[in-house]
Formats: sequence, structure tokens, C-alpha cells
Amino acid sequence: MDFGSHLIQQLINGISLGSVYALIALGYTMVYGIIKLINFAHGDIYMVGAYVGFFAITVAHMGIFPALIVSMVVTGLLGMVVERLAYKPLRHAPRISVLITAIGVSFFLEYGSMYFVSPTPRTFPRVFETEGLTIAGFTVNGQQLLIFAITLVLMVLLTYIVQYTKIGKAMRAVSFDTETAQLMGIDANRVISVTFGIGSALAAAGGVLVGVYYNSIDPLMGIMPGLKAFVAAVLGGIGIIPGAMAGGLILGIIEALVSGFISSTFRDAAAFAILILVLLFKPSGLFGKNTQEKV
Amino acid sequence: MAAMLDIKDINVYYGAIHAIKGISLTVNEGEIVTLIGANGAGKSTTLRTVSGLLTPKEGEIKFLGETISGLPAQDIVRAGISQVPEGRRIFANMTVMENLELGAYIRTDKEGIEKDYQMVFERFPRLAERKEQQAGTLSGGEQQMLAMGRALMSRPKLLLLDEPSMGLAPLLIREIFNIIVDINKAGTTVLLVEQNANMALSIANRAYVLETGRITLSGDAKELAASEDVRKAYLGG
Ligand SMILES: Nc1ncnc2c1ncn2[C@@H]1O[C@H](COP(=O)(O)OP(=O)(O)OP(=O)(O)O)[C@@H](O)[C@H]1O
Ligand SMILES: [Mg+2]
Repeated sequence: MDFGSHLIQQLINGISLGSVYALIALGYTMVYGIIKLINFAHGDIYMVGAYVGFFAITVAHMGIFPALIVSMVVTGLLGMVVERLAYKPLRHAPRISVLITAIGVSFFLEYGSMYFVSPTPRTFPRVFETEGLTIAGFTVNGQQLLIFAITLVLMVLLTYIVQYTKIGKAMRAVSFDTETAQLMGIDANRVISVTFGIGSALAAAGGVLVGVYYNSIDPLMGIMPGLKAFVAAVLGGIGIIPGAMAGGLILGIIEALVSGFISSTFRDAAAFAILILVLLFKPSGLFGKNTQEKV
Repeated sequence: MAAMLDIKDINVYYGAIHAIKGISLTVNEGEIVTLIGANGAGKSTTLRTVSGLLTPKEGEIKFLGETISGLPAQDIVRAGISQVPEGRRIFANMTVMENLELGAYIRTDKEGIEKDYQMVFERFPRLAERKEQQAGTLSGGEQQMLAMGRALMSRPKLLLLDEPSMGLAPLLIREIFNIIVDINKAGTTVLLVEQNANMALSIANRAYVLETGRITLSGDAKELAASEDVRKAYLGG
């Protein structure tokens, strides 16, 4: 294969991986936007989503699409429960307490899962065996097509909700100025809860898609993608929804290029190098305005 | 006749800071009542407590006979109290129209909401020309109008205004105050917080003077405007 086709093949791989990062990054960025919390348990929510999808397929014998929806609903509710039990009581606590709690929730989900579903990796069933596409010599396999399609649909849906629906406008209002939003009659607690629900559902979709793509899931599978998605969110500008989408895709593409042209051992290093560079040179991210944030 | 808003002996704290030290105040239906006082007297704290953003540690606030102190802010808006906060606090990253839509958040009567957009645009023609403009790019005066229009969109029975004249040119202040009088004539009761005591007293029926968390004077607005004490302290002689 010549350089050009190798490049295009890596771009296709990168967009698949990046789509999943973007789905997880959205939850990070939405939650940060609304309560200024880096929800370190978010990667584990994605892992739970993968398991819910796994059991929906293997135990309940669902097809991929029903399983995806069930996983999004169940995991979305889990996200809301976590918010209600772990974060809501700390609404007026110092940020560091909430951050530590998030790390606690993360361990709880990881090791709780090990207890309930065992630490051994599970083989995700091959539920999506469609032919890939071959265009001018490049293959996009069936799983990659599935990832592109689902991610696209979810992003369009999310953009519609945030821009045009009443709850979406309330989310933007609470995230911009919680007190004034309350003066409009908006129940900020409810809006925060819905935000966790939506963010968790998107991560769950990412979890199921990764299961389909890589065929293997385990209770610690959320750690690395969680960190990567955090990098993606920071790269795009934390708190900015289109930023998370773009940040995820860019990060996925960079990782694929590094794996394809240098060595896959440097893949993770590249991701974290990006985090360092962004924090050094443009902490507000690609889509962020350079404003001083009051902490 | 019972007062529309009845604040009874409330104490409000920020942590250890005792900001409101037992104030009582009433607003009757149809009135314009003004609360005047220097920086840090506790005017905004009083309004924020009425709106439910703060909870009094002691005392009680009644609105139309029902206790509202202790209710969450969104329930107080639903009860019929809307606030134009200090510094306007418009949603700068949203359009003028979206700001007004958020003002109507508690309502579901589509037709009534449409009518009220028209009412707001008639009252503030400058907003009508800028429906799709980002609110953050409006001038200070336009932002004040938007904040007032937004508050009216919930159809409040009682409108709380926190320093609407802040940072505006004299001509614009006059315009804003005329609009406040119009809003009141159209049936909305007004509680107006101001540092611009001259202007506030000129449109109000009654007034209260707040000093470091205590009400030191109250009465008919015209009489207070004429009183020696008030003239010395707040009206520049
Ligand atoms: N968030 C806060 N935390 C601690 N103290 C506060 C807070 N907000 C206000 N205060 C204090 O409460 C007192 C009353 O403040 P408030 O904002 O109600 O005054 P104000 O009369 O509205 O003044 P201004 O005319 O400057 O707006 C002040 O001493 C102020 O320092
Ligand atoms: Mg004030």
C-alpha cells in the first residue's frame, strides 16, 4: 500500500476511534459546563454502558439497536442516581471535595463491577456482521460504518436538544448563570440531573459501540478512554459541546496517525502530550475564548 | 386589606456575616414601593431573599397570604414574583429572543406567550429590531430593557427591580423610569431598589430607607423626599 492510501486508511480508523472519544467527551464537557465538576467516574459509566449492552444482547437476546437503546436508558438513569446520591449533597461544598468524591465513585463502579460481573474480560458477541464498504481500494468495515452512523445521529440529536428544546435552553441558561436561571423559574437541580442522564447515555452508546468494534469488554475498560475523552474535552474547550465533538475526532485521528506511521506504543503518549500542549498554550481549548476564569 | 408582600422581621446571613438585621416591609397591590440605601446596605440581599435565592434564618415572608420564605426560587417565580437582578444578568451567549423565551419558562400558554412577546416589543421597540442579536452585544441600556422584558414574560404580579438605573446615561434613566411607571399602571406591583434616590422617590408611592441591614426610615415617598435627613444622606443636600 502506498503512502496516500495508508494515510486514508488511518484516517478512517482514527475517525472511528475519535467518534467514541467524542461520545464520552460530551458527557465530561456537559457536566463541567453545568456544575464545574470534572466527573472522573465518567469513563466507568461508559464501561457500565458496555456491560448493559452486553447483557441485553447475550441474556435478553436483543438486536444491536434495541440493546443500544436499553443501554443508553439504563446507564442514563444510573448517571442520574450517581448525581443524586454522590454529588447533589455536595452542591455547596468546596470543589475539591466533589472531585475526590468523583474518584471514589469511579473506584466504586470499577470494583463493584468486578464483584458483580467478574474481572475477566468478556467477548462481545458479533452482532453486527454487515459487509463493509470498499471505495477506491479503501475499506470501511461494517462496525466502523455503525460507529459513524450512530455517532452522527446522536450528535445531531444532542445539538437539536441543546439548541431548540425547552430543556436544552434551560441547560444553557443554568450553565451560563445558575442563579439567574433560577430567577426564570428553572429548577436547576432537575436540569443538572437531566444533564447527567444525557451525558451518561451518550457514554453508554460509546461503550456499546466499542464492544462491537473491539469485541472485548472488562470492568477497567473505562479508565483509558475516560482519560482520553477528558483530553478531548480539554482540547476542544471544556464546557463547549461542539468542542468536545471536534476534540474527540481530532484526538482519534492523531492517535491513529501516530499508531500507523510511528508506532502504536506512542499512541497514549501522543494523547497526553496534546493535553500538556493545550494546557500550556491554549488552556481554554480550540473552541474556547481566552477569558480568565474566576475560581 | 392584607399586604401583597409582607416581610416580617427577617434576619439573613452570609455565613457569619449578618447582612439583614430584622427588617419588616410591606408592599400593597398596585403600589410602587422603593427601597433606597447606600452601597452594602443590604438592598440586593433583601430582594434575593424575597426571590428565594437566600433563605432567612429568622422571620417570615408572605406573598398573597401564603408563606414563601423557604420555598425554592423556581416556586416563587411560579407564585408570581419576578426579579430584574442587579447588573441585569442577561444570558449573554443567547439571542434576545432566547432570553425572552427563558423569561416565559414557567408558562405553557403558547398564544399568551406570543401576545406577550408583542407587548414586550411594543414597550421596548429597540429589542424588536434585535431579536436574533446575541444579547451580550447589546448596549447597557438595551440589556436593561431586555432584563426587564425577560422578567415581564413570566407575567408577574410583583416585579422586583434591583438598580435599573445603574450605569445608564441620565436620558436613558428617565426613559427606564417612565417605563416602570407604565408597567405599574398596566397592573404590575413594583418593588424598586435604587441608589438613585431622587428618581426612585419621584415615581414611588412609599419608600423605605435601609442602612447597614436595618430600616431606619419609612413612609410616603413625597414626604421622605422632602425630609431633612433623607435629603442630607441620599439626595446630595
Ligand atoms: N455573597 C456574599 N457573601 C458574603 N457577604 C456578602 C455577599 N453578598 C453580599 N454580602 C454582604 O452583605 C451586605 C449587603 O450587601 P448587598 O449586596 O445586599 O448590598 P446592596 O445594598 O445591594 O449594595 P449595592 O448598592 O452596592 O448593590 C454587604 O456588607 C456585603 O458585603
Ligand atoms: Mg445591590
